[in-house]
Amino acid sequence: MNMTLTTETAQRSKIAVKNLDFFYGKFHALKNINLDIPEKKVTAFIGPSGCGKSTLLRVFNRMFELYPEQRAQGEVVLDGENLLTSKQDVALLRAKVGMVFQKPTPFPMSIYDNIAFGVKLFEKLSATDMEERVEWALRKSALWNEVKDKLKQSGSSLSGGQQQRLCIARGVAIKPEVILLDEPCSALDPISTAKVEELIIELKQDYTVVIVTHNMQQAARCSDYTAYMYLGDLVEFGATEQIFFKPNRQETEDYITGRFG
Amino acid sequence: MPEKHLSSQFDSELGTVSTRVMELGGLVESQIRQAIYALSQFSVEVAQQVVTAEAKVNAMEVEIDRELSSIIARRQPTARDLRLLIAISKATANLERVGDEAEKIARMVLSIISSGAPRSLPSLELRVASDLASGLLRKALDAFARLDTSAALTILKEDDLIDKEFDGFVRKLITYMMEDPRMISPSLDLLFLAKAIERIGDHAKNIAELIIYIVKGADVRHAAMDEIESVVK
Repeated sequence: MNMTLTTETAQRSKIAVKNLDFFYGKFHALKNINLDIPEKKVTAFIGPSGCGKSTLLRVFNRMFELYPEQRAQGEVVLDGENLLTSKQDVALLRAKVGMVFQKPTPFPMSIYDNIAFGVKLFEKLSATDMEERVEWALRKSALWNEVKDKLKQSGSSLSGGQQQRLCIARGVAIKPEVILLDEPCSALDPISTAKVEELIIELKQDYTVVIVTHNMQQAARCSDYTAYMYLGDLVEFGATEQIFFKPNRQETEDYITGRFG
Repeated sequence: MPEKHLSSQFDSELGTVSTRVMELGGLVESQIRQAIYALSQFSVEVAQQVVTAEAKVNAMEVEIDRELSSIIARRQPTARDLRLLIAISKATANLERVGDEAEKIARMVLSIISSGAPRSLPSLELRVASDLASGLLRKALDAFARLDTSAALTILKEDDLIDKEFDGFVRKLITYMMEDPRMISPSLDLLFLAKAIERIGDHAKNIAELIIYIVKGADVRHAAMDEIESVVK
């Protein structure tokens, strides 16, 4: 099944997934996935637990390679290069394709160092430049005003929502091209969620954002494109407005209207 | 809506509000029939009943809108649920307007009777148009209950017949008025009556368009007939 978007203005795709299969040992978790993730847009993956949406997200930065029994077949083309067969250093790939997880994962160090740590791995910056970079990343993540007077405090002293924005700032600081968000708001209260959602919409001016979420209203609110997955298949992929107003597939409609049994 | 939601409460809320629209439709249909009857029989009593019952139509509209807001606030409906609720809201507004037209007809009948106008007026000739209009509304409500898009298409075509009847009636009235200037005042009343009946047909047509909106997700309000046909097929 080919899921090429047919919008009036053809979007430039940042990641092209072609005939992708994924296995956990013998379990076939993703079945012949084909889709194009548009550049500088927010793409959301929705579907019930176990449908493969987080698996797909983890293929985009080869996170699955941490586990020997997991393998991917097919093509995931980022800027013209199939990253599944690429000899590129995986650390460099992950600098380009950043990820934020479900639970906030600040490093056990100061707020400042949480941001600076990743930058130091890839760039040699002067102290002033580094300070500027940290401020820039914190401003980008809408956290600066809340932490500017306590940069030396531990990252884990922040609230859950602030920690999650700190993790996004950490990802943004190394200037990636793609940001993957795996359930970024599931542990957050509605106000922190709203701030992260605002941030997601801000981020797409510079980055390609891919978000996995169980919260369908969240996908409806902050994504441009939505993909519905079920049991390892990509059922439907289209503009978010179309998916939530008049999906083409009955399965999609049943899921988003809560008729899924 | 055949399949059930995970939330049976949501199903029952949608069921309740759909039933209320049908009740409103039934009430409005009877209002039209009564108003037309009052016209053909020059019955003051029946005309007054119609005027009184209009308050009930208004109250039902308010109640349906309240239920709709509550469902939207609590359920955040999407896709066909969303389309259904938007369509119910608009259908309700259309039905309430039909109720207004029925009331208008009834008031006009009262005014014609009190002016002592001669019964030679061609009021019976409105019968064809009014039967067409109330029949069309009934069909629209039936099709709405069954979400039947091909019936909706038929209704859209039939509305043209009412418009033609209206044009014919207006020409006839002009002849009456030219023959006898004393007929001008009561003829104008009849003209407004005819216009009210013609509007009922338009509301039935709007409801038919909403059926296509619910089922196909397409807004066909200003589309040409061949476009609508291709959406429905």
